[in-house]
Amino acid sequence: MTMNTKIFPRELEDEAIYIMREAAAQFERPAILFSGGKDSITLVRLAQKAFYPGKVPFPLVHIDTGHNFPETITFRDWLAKSSGLELIVANVQDDIDAQRVTEEKGKFASRNTLQTVTLLRVIEENKFDACLGGARRDEEKARAKERIFSVRDEFGQWDAKNQRPELFDYLNGRIKPGENVRVFPISNWTELDVWNYIREEPLTIPSIYFSHQRDIVVRDGVLWPVSDFIYRDADEQIINMKVRFRTVGDMSCTAAVASDAESIDIIIDEILGATLSERGTRLDDKRAEAAMETRKVSGYF
Amino acid sequence: MEVLRIATAGSVDDGKSTLIGRLLYETNSITTDKLEGIKRASQRKGIGFLDLSLLTDGLIAEREQGITIDVAHIYFNTAKRKFIIADSPGHVEYTRNMITGASKAEVSIILVDVRNGILDQTHRHYYIANLLRIPNVIVCINKMDLVGYDESLFESLKEKFLTFAEKIRFSEQEIQFVPVSARYGENISKPSSKMNWYKGKPLLAILEGMEVHKKLNQAPARFPVQYIIRPRNKEFHDFRGYAGRVASGSFKKGDAVTVLPSLQKSQIANVYQYDKQLKEAKAQQSVVITLDDNIDISRGDFLVKCGEVPELKKDFECEVCWMNAQPLLRNNIYLLCHGASQTKVKISSIDYVLIPSTLEKIQASELKMNDIACIKVKSVKALSIDRYSENPSDGVFILVDEYSNNTLAVGFVK
Repeated sequence: MTMNTKIFPRELEDEAIYIMREAAAQFERPAILFSGGKDSITLVRLAQKAFYPGKVPFPLVHIDTGHNFPETITFRDWLAKSSGLELIVANVQDDIDAQRVTEEKGKFASRNTLQTVTLLRVIEENKFDACLGGARRDEEKARAKERIFSVRDEFGQWDAKNQRPELFDYLNGRIKPGENVRVFPISNWTELDVWNYIREEPLTIPSIYFSHQRDIVVRDGVLWPVSDFIYRDADEQIINMKVRFRTVGDMSCTAAVASDAESIDIIIDEILGATLSERGTRLDDKRAEAAMETRKVSGYF
Repeated sequence: MEVLRIATAGSVDDGKSTLIGRLLYETNSITTDKLEGIKRASQRKGIGFLDLSLLTDGLIAEREQGITIDVAHIYFNTAKRKFIIADSPGHVEYTRNMITGASKAEVSIILVDVRNGILDQTHRHYYIANLLRIPNVIVCINKMDLVGYDESLFESLKEKFLTFAEKIRFSEQEIQFVPVSARYGENISKPSSKMNWYKGKPLLAILEGMEVHKKLNQAPARFPVQYIIRPRNKEFHDFRGYAGRVASGSFKKGDAVTVLPSLQKSQIANVYQYDKQLKEAKAQQSVVITLDDNIDISRGDFLVKCGEVPELKKDFECEVCWMNAQPLLRNNIYLLCHGASQTKVKISSIDYVLIPSTLEKIQASELKMNDIACIKVKSVKALSIDRYSENPSDGVFILVDEYSNNTLAVGFVK
């Protein structure tokens, strides 16, 4: 690969800014779903650019599973403060305590699927009619068919067979009371595009994206970060090694990759020669071949 | 780096998924874990080659039926540019998906199975590429491996295709033919040694060399106002900026502009991209424009250059593709969306429905899903809309149902 693959195609930024402005214009109460990961950090930057010198017309909403990497939470609070954006945190723990959801048990327990209930609750409580997310079509097979304005019914459900056609630049955000729309401004970006953007801007990202020493348990060739949230068999050995994370999810479902990459440049080189796809480090997608589609149908982001 | 948008259409049997899989494979766009998955699945199915078509399989329902039922987006890049493929199914009942996938595409790849020749479906795909005025069409004559890489078969299909194409082709459109074997990677990223008689470039080289946004850069300047930026803070107390994406042409500081539909005139004070002033805003750039005069402008208005004001239309003829199960009825009222503006319109007549595969024109009193037709529209307000043939970015609209909110149709002004 030559240097050209390290250039961000600016047309994608123009498109994303266009989508953000449509969201601001068409909806009364839009919000950015903020996970603290690189994709949602990119969204914040795009929003700042789209409305400059005006204020970003979206609050940040974080669905906090309680199982996040502490580095992500520190970063989230720093970003909200430094950008002057309102931060709304909705805790999955509150839904567990209120017995709206039941926590999974066992070796592969994760709070990932529980997020959906908390997300729908925060949408209803705040009367959000649009939620902007950093999902990309290249991430996963089911996402490849997602619209940029994706209409969800009152139960947050996605009907893959009955989506509105999106033609040219037209984004139809007309909805009925109770319905809401998920908006995906970086739909057409790939993982490489996001990294090139982060490098060119440049953007600050949480430290766990870079190589660091960490306690790990190796299970079926996958590197799991040791934490209070991950079940460990008595015979599983903890090893300390240099790793980094390619996505930022829960500590219970995000695997690490062995890496010495201490800078964005080296991360990009790693991606260009990658042997593992981005979501290949996500246990939540591995549960079943169609895991993502099944979750989306039931209202997942 | 530029982005090239590609539309592909076809049925499973043409080897379309295999062709796309092959492009991904040969540009190193497939990660090892995905490739392993394909190897395992290919073995499970008991086939002796790498089934690259599995890469582009989408939703559960489709995997069950073994067909593609929507538009899927696929991404890859080379050292030269980034490519976005919008892949849609090829059957007649998916005409609307094909049109959706082909919107904004600068190249349409049409696949022909060399053994089956030119089919109704081939005509339909080309008709759609032509309706959308896609500037480049590449006809890939596939499965050449199954006919011994025979040049005469390729040439006769080329001739047959052109016989149909010449009936409707618009003058600026370029059509190229490439003989390929998607399964074995012949003429995909490198010239095929099995077809020395073919003197053209392999598919990927053609895609890398195509000019992008040619028509949009040449078309008259159009700026749909999307959003008004008024910070009202200390630093930018009197700032009033018009945010939008340049649809076509270009705008720069000092340009005399007319606001539509009010016809007020002013001059561009500045063009901003975030905190930087731009020398010139080109087609497809998202910018903020400020004017010398404080005039009333809102979302849905357009800025155009004073010498390039479009004629305002209240009654106009257009080609439409109907996309909803609920039929289009004459005299019904729909919401027409053009740029960021919305206007109520009435369908005053349905002139004819066109059968893309035969070019036959038939009379109809209503339009059903997937119909392509020529209709007349009557608007309450005068619209500043270009002819699609002159400005593919401005001359297109959608029709929305005011009650169900569904997107019902796409229209191209004649």
